[in-house]
Amino acid sequence: MIILEEVNRIFSVGGQEVRALDGINLQVKPGEYISIMGPSGSGKSTLLNLLGLLDRPTSGRYLLSGSDVTGLDDKQSARIRNKTIGFVFQFFHLIPRLSAVQNIELPLLLAGIPPRKRREKSTAIINDFGLFERRHHKPEELSGGQRQRVAIARAVINSPSLLLADEPTGNLDSKSGLDIITLLEALNQQGLTLIVVTHDLEIGSRARRRIHFLDGRIVADS
Amino acid sequence: MRTADILSFAWISLAAGRVRSLLTLLAMSIGVAAVVVLTGVGEGARQYVVGQFSSLGTNLVIILPGRSETSSGSPSTFIGETPRDLTIGDAVALQRLPTVKLQAPVVAGESGIARKGLERRVPVLGTTASLLSIRHLHLAAGRFLPPGDPRQSRAVCVLGVKVRQELFGAQPAVGRLVRIGEHRCRVIGVLASEGRSLGLDTQEMVVVPVAFAQMLFDTEKLFRILIEGRGRAELDRLKQQVLALLTRRHHGERDVTIITQDSVLATFDRIFSMLTLTVAGIAGISLAVAGILIMNVMLVSISRRTSEIGLLKAVGASNSAVVRLIVTEALLLAGVGGLLGLGLGLIAGRLVEQIYPDLSAAPPLWAVGAALGTALLTGLLFSLLPARRAARLDPVLSLAKR
Ligand SMILES: Nc1ncnc2c1ncn2[C@@H]1O[C@H](COP(=O)(O)OP(=O)(O)OP(=O)(O)O)[C@@H](O)[C@H]1O
Ligand SMILES: [Mg+2]
Repeated sequence: MIILEEVNRIFSVGGQEVRALDGINLQVKPGEYISIMGPSGSGKSTLLNLLGLLDRPTSGRYLLSGSDVTGLDDKQSARIRNKTIGFVFQFFHLIPRLSAVQNIELPLLLAGIPPRKRREKSTAIINDFGLFERRHHKPEELSGGQRQRVAIARAVINSPSLLLADEPTGNLDSKSGLDIITLLEALNQQGLTLIVVTHDLEIGSRARRRIHFLDGRIVADS
Repeated sequence: MRTADILSFAWISLAAGRVRSLLTLLAMSIGVAAVVVLTGVGEGARQYVVGQFSSLGTNLVIILPGRSETSSGSPSTFIGETPRDLTIGDAVALQRLPTVKLQAPVVAGESGIARKGLERRVPVLGTTASLLSIRHLHLAAGRFLPPGDPRQSRAVCVLGVKVRQELFGAQPAVGRLVRIGEHRCRVIGVLASEGRSLGLDTQEMVVVPVAFAQMLFDTEKLFRILIEGRGRAELDRLKQQVLALLTRRHHGERDVTIITQDSVLATFDRIFSMLTLTVAGIAGISLAVAGILIMNVMLVSISRRTSEIGLLKAVGASNSAVVRLIVTEALLLAGVGGLLGLGLGLIAGRLVEQIYPDLSAAPPLWAVGAALGTALLTGLLFSLLPARRAARLDPVLSLAKR
């Protein structure tokens, strides 16, 4: 599913080099459930952004589903972000003007899928995720847990094969946090490759494979 | 993305910044309205002037004997050879040209007119029935000269209003006899009071058949021949045909001068068109201002929506898709503003027409097109910069903002 070969990501801040990722080698098989932990600034988000094609490595190679995606142009990588990768963020990133359904349908909208088909898909997911009652609510009218549910629904509506979550429970109380991680795990059960970045040991230890980061390197992988 | 979806997304975004959007809309519509009204009034003024000329007879061509000094160049005039006279025969021959609608030979002179001891001197115009239509004259009473062979002299006359007044006072004039020079002459009509014609005050003159005038003044020559062409477009052809015919009839001598009002009219036309364009240009500046406002709105909205743009990219928007979204928002603002402005402008034009009923303030079609086009173009141009800025946003950094 994912192969990273000698991936470096170097930022230069005020003439100073910051090695956010330092010689990362990583293989992820389809359907895996991985948690990534490590101290603040160790490069976890940077890795996730690279995997999500929101960022590019300074050097190294990234193979996704067998093809090299390191040097894709903007259009091609946008297409992959739309079709094969789902992103879940700590701060949800829902568009405040749009209702829950509209937010969920956003990837389909960008893909140019006609309204009827969008509605079909979103209705199914909304029911699965228990958001039916809230589907016409604006994000500000939803609780944190509900917002994250909407965000996850948006991430998976286009049936991606890879789901990347950067501290998905970081902004939630422990009960809704548990709720959300259970939902993600259920999606993983259905075959979705799941990578979760977290500070929460309890949540991190639920994953079958746990990767620890320190100063841009993988220091433990079990 | 489907066009309808882009539009509705843009619409939702604009609706979110309602006040800003409305203000920009207002600026844009004022700009467009200004263009529409000013060009409408300019065009109306042009048409008014052209119309005034037309009522004098735009298709009017005047032939005078002799080559005018300005256009002379033929040696014959230098030698001092007297030009051949224009004759009734020339006038009758001209009528056969296909481009000539009407022709009227004119003889002019001054003579005494008398009735029952009342006598005065008046300008006398000898002509034919066609003059009435060529010079757009109207009658206050009776009839104008009867149609018929212009060579036939009939002792009838049509009086100007003042002449009638002085000779007849309150009594009816039509059917009475007057004496012009040595000839008795029956009054058949009275001209309505009108302005001047051929440099003569129509109120003060007396119109008689051309052959009668020739007899009165003992002359064969015509003072002028007036021609009404069939159309403005054919005026050049008419001039050539007239010139060719008269040159042939005058044994190869180009000894007439042909005057049209077309050249004067064309000048006015040009001046007014220039004026209209100038005002349109000035009004166009307000469109540019509106464009800058649009740019400002878009810049503000982008900086407020940085994380949203990052999100759009994360869920699959390419840079060009982001550009399209932003530009569509601007175009929507500009387009709706433009349409509003058009409506406003048309209403204002109607108001102008209410105040000055003679003036048509309907904007020319090109101005409507240009105003809307410019509105959209400014929307496009001034949104490109914000849109490109949005497209260049680093999604990672934008998503880091909450
Ligand atoms: N755009 C950037 N420009 C400069 N430096 C950056 C940038 N993004 C990340 N860094 C640096 O790279 C390093 C790794 O950052 P990263 O965000 O991946 O850490 P993290 O492990 O996700 O931390 P946290 O747990 O606090 O989210 C940090 O030192 C950070 O300062
Ligand atoms: Mg992070």
